[in-house]
Amino acid sequence: MHTDTIAAIATALSNAGIGIIRVSGPEAISVVDSVFCNKFGRRILSEKSSHTVSHGYIVEPGSGSDWKKSILDEVMVVLMKAPHSYTMEDTVEINCHGGVLLLQKVLQLVLRSGARLAQPGEFTKRAFLNGRMDLSQAEAVMDVIHSQSEMSLSSSMEQLTGRLAAVIRNIREQILYELAFIESALDDPEHISLDGYEEKLYEKCNIFLDRIEKLIDSAEDGRLIREGIRTVILGRPNAGKSSLLNAFLGEERAIVTQVPGTTRDILQETVSFRGITLHMVDTAGIRRTEDVVEQIGVDKARQYAEKADLILFVIDGSELPDEREREIISLIEHKQVIAIINKSDLPVIVSDEEIKRLFSDKKDLKIVRISASEGIGLEQLERQIEELFFSGVIKENREAVITNIRHREALENAHKSLLLVRQSIESHMPEDFYSIDLMASYTSLGTIVGEQVEDDLVEEIFSKFCMGK
Amino acid sequence: MKGMIMVTGIREQVDVCVVGAGHAGCEAALACARLGFETVVFTVSVDSIALMPCNPNIGGSSKGHLVREVDALGGEMGKNIDKTFIQSKMLNVSKGPAVHSLRAQADKADYTREMRTVLENQEHLTIKQAEVCELLWTWEDGKKRVTGVKTFTGAVYGCGAVILCTGTYLKARCLCGESITYTGPNGLQAANHLTASLERMGIELRRFKTGTPARMDGRSIDYSKMEEQLGDERVIPFSFSTDPESVQKHQISCWLTYTNEQTHEIIRDNLDRSPIYAGIIEGTGPRYCPSIEDKVVKFADKDRHQVFIEPEGLHTNEMYVGGMSSSLPEDVQLAMYRTVPGLENCKIVRNAYAIEYDCINARQLYPSLEFKEVKGLFSGGQFNGSSGYEEAAAQGLIAGINAAMLLSGREPLILDRSESYIGVLIDDLVTKDNREPYRMMTSRAEYRLLLRQDNADLRLRKKGYEVGLISEEEYRRLLVKEESIKREIQRLKSCTVGANQNIQGFLQAHGSSGLKTAASLAELLCRPELSYTLLAQVDPDRKPLPEDVTKQVEIEIKYEGYILRQLRQVEQYKKMESKKIPLDIDYDEISSLRLEARQKLKEFRPVSVGQASRISGVSPADISVLLIYLEHRNRSGFHHPDLGAY
Repeated sequence: MHTDTIAAIATALSNAGIGIIRVSGPEAISVVDSVFCNKFGRRILSEKSSHTVSHGYIVEPGSGSDWKKSILDEVMVVLMKAPHSYTMEDTVEINCHGGVLLLQKVLQLVLRSGARLAQPGEFTKRAFLNGRMDLSQAEAVMDVIHSQSEMSLSSSMEQLTGRLAAVIRNIREQILYELAFIESALDDPEHISLDGYEEKLYEKCNIFLDRIEKLIDSAEDGRLIREGIRTVILGRPNAGKSSLLNAFLGEERAIVTQVPGTTRDILQETVSFRGITLHMVDTAGIRRTEDVVEQIGVDKARQYAEKADLILFVIDGSELPDEREREIISLIEHKQVIAIINKSDLPVIVSDEEIKRLFSDKKDLKIVRISASEGIGLEQLERQIEELFFSGVIKENREAVITNIRHREALENAHKSLLLVRQSIESHMPEDFYSIDLMASYTSLGTIVGEQVEDDLVEEIFSKFCMGK
Repeated sequence: MKGMIMVTGIREQVDVCVVGAGHAGCEAALACARLGFETVVFTVSVDSIALMPCNPNIGGSSKGHLVREVDALGGEMGKNIDKTFIQSKMLNVSKGPAVHSLRAQADKADYTREMRTVLENQEHLTIKQAEVCELLWTWEDGKKRVTGVKTFTGAVYGCGAVILCTGTYLKARCLCGESITYTGPNGLQAANHLTASLERMGIELRRFKTGTPARMDGRSIDYSKMEEQLGDERVIPFSFSTDPESVQKHQISCWLTYTNEQTHEIIRDNLDRSPIYAGIIEGTGPRYCPSIEDKVVKFADKDRHQVFIEPEGLHTNEMYVGGMSSSLPEDVQLAMYRTVPGLENCKIVRNAYAIEYDCINARQLYPSLEFKEVKGLFSGGQFNGSSGYEEAAAQGLIAGINAAMLLSGREPLILDRSESYIGVLIDDLVTKDNREPYRMMTSRAEYRLLLRQDNADLRLRKKGYEVGLISEEEYRRLLVKEESIKREIQRLKSCTVGANQNIQGFLQAHGSSGLKTAASLAELLCRPELSYTLLAQVDPDRKPLPEDVTKQVEIEIKYEGYILRQLRQVEQYKKMESKKIPLDIDYDEISSLRLEARQKLKEFRPVSVGQASRISGVSPADISVLLIYLEHRNRSGFHHPDLGAY
């Protein structure tokens, strides 16, 4: 009964070991075949029988003799033909080795080659509908779908950054306006004329396309949503928190001065190294303050610390710890913490033992010495984080990764539809044809911000355009 | 009054009672009678059968589609307007074929008279001038079942099905500024008793409002200050059964003029005297045909609005003032109209007015237009919360057909969104929460490229034939047409032309780029600058074919890519539509449904998973859960529950 092919990451994203992408549906084999080849560069999947494992590479589809240049990852591919699979459909599982970032890239390639991202619980749903599971499991399946979709929806909204949601809403509003204009002219041709509209819409499409391309780029480097390991930088004012963030970013993003309390609000950046993505939050220094604006920043810092997967606690190595440090430690005792003794370029008077004592000999406490302003010790810090990640102590925010892929897919669909609008204009199709793909684009963007179409168009027509009679 | 109602009196037994003889009632009654059922159609005035109390035209954008579909199924509206039009125009011809739409000006009196003649001569059909005051019903297998109607004079008509087509007459009141009359349109008697009977049956009613502009004495209008609006040179008939040659006749012009700042000033200054703005009107009015007051207030940035002056008929001087409906008092109306160029000395024959009436929320209906709670009770037209003659006719026809299907123990005719505008109209009415009179619009049809007015016969004639409203002969004609379209498309696709001098010359002459290799005639036809007619020059093997055939060939080839895409979407859509939900489903049993979804589904009782998915408040995840529950139910060996007639 299902005609389309779905794909998703099927494993937890906890470490950089093996990650599995599952593809299921009638096109599963041909989709994977288009992005997978053996060590001789041959596409072999369609010749394989069921329940076989093939070794090879993920490559760009259509890459001919140049295939080696486009290798993304070395993988093992497991083939299971209908009905001998979990979903009872043709299923291909790609075992990737290259970590979370690569896993996402491979999935994107699969999606571009004709699969669609699976809905929450969809593999299980198919398994059930295709008769895989017995009746006693039906209730459980329904609960899974229910809870997963609730979770994915809430996380999607939570992770979409405010500015980006605003940009998408803005593009949608403009597309809707154009749609309503065309439609009102079609419904009421004697009152509303479409003369000269072609060129105007063409211009508009270019603007929309440009803006969506920028969004896709920002999805690429993780700026679209707050994904990665939620990392919060804490420390007393002027301990060097912003300098640390800048050191990671390699640019002066946060304003750094010698005046304590310069970072009054929360700065957020996404940093990737060695296949790990950190979503870093730079907070205002935590101290008792009379300044109302700064106080808001401090309160926020506390909230972020509460939700964090990892705390980077920056300590000024040239000054002795005091009340301020103790107060911070009381907030983060139960968290995964790396204590960073900063300003190693200055005479350091703080010892590791002293820090350990402050934390009442917290067992999993890691200590690193750096000079953020000179960039010394940064590599050691990165290695420390990597170790925590690979040992499974800290985890990627899985929902965020999935959300990012989902949003990307929607953005790319919206982009494709707008290209079709442009194509219709170029080939001088009548105006009513523009609506088809404008609407598709509008709908795709709507899935990102969690808005459905319903009767938007009719509402817009009535509110913006004066109809006749 | 109660004491006057006689308890004994006339008792008659028929098959179907149709309440109301407007555009919905006429189609409903004709359909039932033509399918062999003894039918009575009740009207408060026999002289107002198929009355056009508002605009003097039939069709228009998307409404023209409805008329064509009604005709394809065996309805009467298309034939009747073909007999009585005085001007005709195909709208949107510069745009794609999906939005081409026929609109004809009618001679109102002729239209009414012709329809009455058709009704009077229809076998099995009786016209009865009477106000139906009460529905008679009984309990049957735990459900209400309608058994007949009772008129104001006490006459009782027993029957197996009742079709309510009460239009704007239920508890109607008309408002013209401060003066209020308790009448239906045009001063006709309102139907004040039926509402209470319906409420006693548990049917929920609501109140809607609509309006109409003034009619003027044509002699008082100065047409020299207006732009003349002519009809098309070659008229295309509405009905697939009408001979195109029979509609080529002399046409009457309409006229275009505009409001101006002075008009708007008068309106603004007197808004407090408008019953709508003063809060006297409670009914919800339609936004798509706003009164001139609404236009001026809501679109304050527009410095003028169009006004169309349209004749009401050949044998009257009365002119309809399109675009200026109003409920302002008489004196304000006159002052406002007189600011419009050409209307400086106008004399108003009938004032503009607003009308309020009782109607239902159509969510109480199945897509067959039968009430979910009352077996044998159907309804159509403005009573269902729609507006417009064409919308009414379409519903009347479907309600009539389905009453007949019920009485003959056959499956109801349910058209879906992918096969007709009628399907879109009815699905919207019975599924969505409509808060104003519903008007058809092309933007409401998501598969409109497939639902063209030119192919309504190809889409629906077969269904009309199966129902029994299309004759064997007409059906056979359709099959021939289908076959010739298929063959000609095949021929154009397989017939190739080489890149020779003759072809290149032809292409160059028509601004088309030259050929590098051979191409099929179909590929050439895909070019926007070339047409089927033009290609005759390079298509020596072509045999003459009827215009309606070549038109289909041209559209199907030219827009093939888009059409295929829509067909793929339709495939997905059909899958969900075909998953029926048993009538006895207990949503409380499905604990994984979100509370909101469960409430909505319980309230609505959709007939298919497709319909459920269109209810606002039901999410895709809820639909997944529902699918799994249904599958679960099937597998656990639930005896296939009563799917009712759906």
